[in-house]
Amino acid sequence: MMKQKKKMTSSGFLLLITIVLFFAMYAAGMVIFADKGFAKPQMFLNLFVSNAGLLVISCGLTIVMITGGIDISVGSVTALVCMVMADLMENKGVSAYVAVLAALLIGLAFGVVQGFLVTYMGIQPFIVTLAGMFFGRGMTAIISTDMISIKNELFLKWANYRFYMPFGSTNKKGKFIPAYIPPTVVIAIIVVLIIAVLLKYFKFGRKLYAIGGNRQSALMMGLDVKKTMFRAYVLDGFLAGLGGFLFCLNSCAGFVEQAKGLEMDAISSAVIGGTLLSGGVGTPIGSMFGVLIKGTISSLITAQGTLSSWWVRIVLSALLCFFIVIQSVLASAKKKK
Amino acid sequence: MKKKMVTALLAVSMLAGLSAVNVMAADDGADTITVGFSQVGAESDWRTANTESMKSTFSEENGYELIFDDAQQKQENQLTAIRNFIQQEVDYIVLAPVTETGWDTVLQEAKDAGIPVIIVDRMVDVSDDSLYTAWVGSNFKLEGQKAMAWLDAYLEAKGRGDEEINLVDIQGTIGASAQIGRTEGFDEAVEAHDNWTTLAQQSGEFTQAKGQEVMESILKQSGDDIDVVYCENDNEAFGAIDAIKAAGYEVGGEEGQILVMSFDTTNAGLTQTLSGEITCDTECNPLHGPRVEEIIQKLEAGEEVEKQAYVDEVAFAADDTVTKVTVDGTDYEITPITQEIIDGRAY
Repeated sequence: MMKQKKKMTSSGFLLLITIVLFFAMYAAGMVIFADKGFAKPQMFLNLFVSNAGLLVISCGLTIVMITGGIDISVGSVTALVCMVMADLMENKGVSAYVAVLAALLIGLAFGVVQGFLVTYMGIQPFIVTLAGMFFGRGMTAIISTDMISIKNELFLKWANYRFYMPFGSTNKKGKFIPAYIPPTVVIAIIVVLIIAVLLKYFKFGRKLYAIGGNRQSALMMGLDVKKTMFRAYVLDGFLAGLGGFLFCLNSCAGFVEQAKGLEMDAISSAVIGGTLLSGGVGTPIGSMFGVLIKGTISSLITAQGTLSSWWVRIVLSALLCFFIVIQSVLASAKKKK
Repeated sequence: MKKKMVTALLAVSMLAGLSAVNVMAADDGADTITVGFSQVGAESDWRTANTESMKSTFSEENGYELIFDDAQQKQENQLTAIRNFIQQEVDYIVLAPVTETGWDTVLQEAKDAGIPVIIVDRMVDVSDDSLYTAWVGSNFKLEGQKAMAWLDAYLEAKGRGDEEINLVDIQGTIGASAQIGRTEGFDEAVEAHDNWTTLAQQSGEFTQAKGQEVMESILKQSGDDIDVVYCENDNEAFGAIDAIKAAGYEVGGEEGQILVMSFDTTNAGLTQTLSGEITCDTECNPLHGPRVEEIIQKLEAGEEVEKQAYVDEVAFAADDTVTKVTVDGTDYEITPITQEIIDGRAY
């Protein structure tokens, strides 16, 4: 019981650091680049607009990482989802609704197969999802090596729909422009909240933390470890499919090279958000802040205007090191007690 | 524990501070024009020259502030950069797209914000053409036409105007706009000459290795008959030249030799032109900056602009047999290559 309590505080501490860091960075941006739009509410909302798909995918990754697993197939799943949707709508004349259904089913299928292999066959998640990554990218190229632009009217209507906010900013010419968010952001935020509640207040969530914290004792407590882990992978796969759909709404296109390296963005966001690679610790809210931090760094560097955008990677790597060090400090402090 | 927490928070604020230590933004003078430029990356010499052209054109001395973003070959990064440009209220957005597709949403956002978007190099494929103001790039078909007009004049000058001429076309990556335009120029010219025949037309995928492979197989089938090899970029030409030499034939512009033509005029390509291995190399100009500035100045003055603007492009030949060609009533110069020209070029 004592141990459980300790873990929650360390998890809470990591989350706190992430949130403080995010607000500190953003505040710094607002002060330094006030004349470059950082003070505008839309600039803040754009962090969500550009990363809606990544938010959902990071949530899925957080779930499997809590169990001590990993999923590196999500970038390829995203590319495959975009390609299938584009191909279905543009070449096969299928309606946008059917295309969305196909996207979600692809994600689900990846989740079921990978989850089965990891939990019931006992194969390393890294290897299973590495295979998934190759398969997804390969299938994308098999469907088409061309770039397919989505011109489906209904789909474009979704992509360009905006929810206007009561607040906004005035532009140079003195015209008031309300801030807005597209539907992708609404979906992403709802998903983050649902997963957060699911993990914190539901049996499924608590079992995940227990399994990730110590699989052996979870087994001895009589938890259905395999079933829970399988469900975690299925949910992760489904979220990858959904995230792929949101990604597609942002880019309105399908092509092979899409979302390359997205899995690494998702993993690093989760780690910066306080998820332990060894399992047992992590929250979707934290991962969300991880994504926002990544977005803020790239906005800061674009606003600066002369720095090479490779600096985004360098700052991210520094942050990753920082968080991993903090995590291991916490872990060793725990052991001493 | 508490002490550790304080240290950690200190570290956090230091990191945040670090990211904040930046040069303060140059003050936004009333007449400075701010341009946001989202570039594909830095994958080739051509691309680097393209970037440098923008940077030197939109310099502070010229009254501009350029916000440059390198997308590292990722469309997601370009979408984010354009959204940032919109929030920064830049006056113009210049976009060299990674891909032709996927620009509808973000260009709509730029349009709603009233910011003109100028596309350079690759074209964008959007559902509504009014989403961008203008496009600046190469006229690939004209490149092909110029090259073929040069070939016609060259053969004429060498007294081979009525001879049977057998041509090989090593195409670029099928579907790329450079391939489509250059192949069109080739096909049209062959069709217009009764004594010209296409022996083979195959893709070398714009690479040296593939260009060599394709040339080897063509040489095996009909090596003795080939008069002219039309390579759709310099890399393919390098591969083709290697293959021709390895098969025991000579490259060059005289009768009995195989004449190699190429495109892009990269530094290495022009060096081969100087040595006479490539007889004619047609330029694909990466210096888009001045053309883009021209458009911006017109827009500033409230004038209408052309939807498509081509950059000026020249052609270089190994010798001065032909110095001028005419395509559709317009004269184009063909410059005999010299070492000074190669040294003086930006790319």
